[in-house]
Amino acid sequence: MTGSLHRFANPARFQRLSQAALPWCTGGTIVAFAVGLYLSLIGSPPDYQQSETVRIMYVHVPAAWMALGAYTTMALASAIALIWRHRLADLIAQSSAPIGAGFTVIALATGMLWGQPMWGTFWVWDARLTSVLVLLFLYLGYIALINAFEDPERGARAGAILALVGWINVPIVKFSVDWWNTLHQPASISRFAKPALHPSIMTPLLVMAIAYMLLFATLLLLRVRTATIEHRLRTLAMARARG
Amino acid sequence: MTAFLVLIRRDLALSARQAADALVAVMFAVLVVVLFPFGVGPEADILSRVSAGVVWVAALLAALLSLDRLFQADHDDGSLEQLALGPLPLWALSLAKAAAHWLVTGLPLIVAAPILALMLQMPASGLSTLVLAMALGTPCFSLLGAIGAALVLGARRGGVLVAFLILPLTIPVLIFGAAATEAALTGQEAAPHLMLLGAFLLTSLALAPAAAAAGLRQALG
Repeated sequence: MTGSLHRFANPARFQRLSQAALPWCTGGTIVAFAVGLYLSLIGSPPDYQQSETVRIMYVHVPAAWMALGAYTTMALASAIALIWRHRLADLIAQSSAPIGAGFTVIALATGMLWGQPMWGTFWVWDARLTSVLVLLFLYLGYIALINAFEDPERGARAGAILALVGWINVPIVKFSVDWWNTLHQPASISRFAKPALHPSIMTPLLVMAIAYMLLFATLLLLRVRTATIEHRLRTLAMARARG
Repeated sequence: MTAFLVLIRRDLALSARQAADALVAVMFAVLVVVLFPFGVGPEADILSRVSAGVVWVAALLAALLSLDRLFQADHDDGSLEQLALGPLPLWALSLAKAAAHWLVTGLPLIVAAPILALMLQMPASGLSTLVLAMALGTPCFSLLGAIGAALVLGARRGGVLVAFLILPLTIPVLIFGAAATEAALTGQEAAPHLMLLGAFLLTSLALAPAAAAAGLRQALG
């Protein structure tokens, strides 16, 4: 485990591997979004109750999944960074945060747009909505913390601890609809039970989920690559300043 | 254990020398509560409806007010490094610091809470539950706050930042604390909410000092 991690932690190797992977991820994202958006906006039937508003769901649900996925990525990378002191894991954690915050905003915004026609209100203080709002604040707090220090190294380590402490919210978001019986509907897709969704809805949703995952991978690779180059530039500038 | 108690006594002595600093937190809570009748109107039924929540929010904000100084002063004059070299492990150090913070800000807030609640027209039936819930909830603020205070050591604008980091984590305390008082006022069972609050306190008692210690180690290392 650690052996293979060390192999990928080498920044030069990461730059090489990510350079090779980036075009595939970008292409995959474009294709998956093209197919997914066609299926969800045009190719799938309107719901018998919600009619056309059901299409918001194809944008909303995968964004919410990825909001949690990005936070978990951030927490995992933070744990690796704290335990093995990998610079690359720090960069992955820091680069995940703005992307995850973006997904959280998309999930909240689309949820509000769906809530107005369906629930009759943009916002309710429901357990799911509130915990996702807390998730957004955790993302923003993390971003504020890592940028609050003169020494970026110190910011990265403080942020890693905060990311791990804040992870406690992820299971709360996931299970909030089961623990508290409030307005937001419980999950319709379960690994263990037969899904409660018809294939005509399930297929576009899964394609969109794949598209969001690929988008996350693409953005993450891009951001980590940029951060690595920035880091190297800073080191070079420091070396030159010292003469 | 002696080192633990000595550290608490030292922090209490330091606050006692600057009693005004400690009182500022309680005065701040009083002022926040006093603002509400002007904001929402002095009608008794509105005030008593929001009283539980307002007292809790005021207590939370007051507890956060002094958090950024929890480790900062000791960090600035180097005594934190001395303490870290001493016999006390870092988690016990964080626990002692949080305990001292609670004794200085949390305890006066618990005493002030029923008076504030009465000013907001809360019926007397809710007061005992309010005090009990505060006794369980305010230590959570100090414990969680210690994590934030350790993380922002040496940061720019540490005071605002620590509030920003810690407020989202304190929402469960606020929810169950206000719900317990609410239940007592409407004649329902307050015990489940108090038990959840107690569970939250025990969990933060077990985990928060470790997280704060990790934060301190990063700041010192």
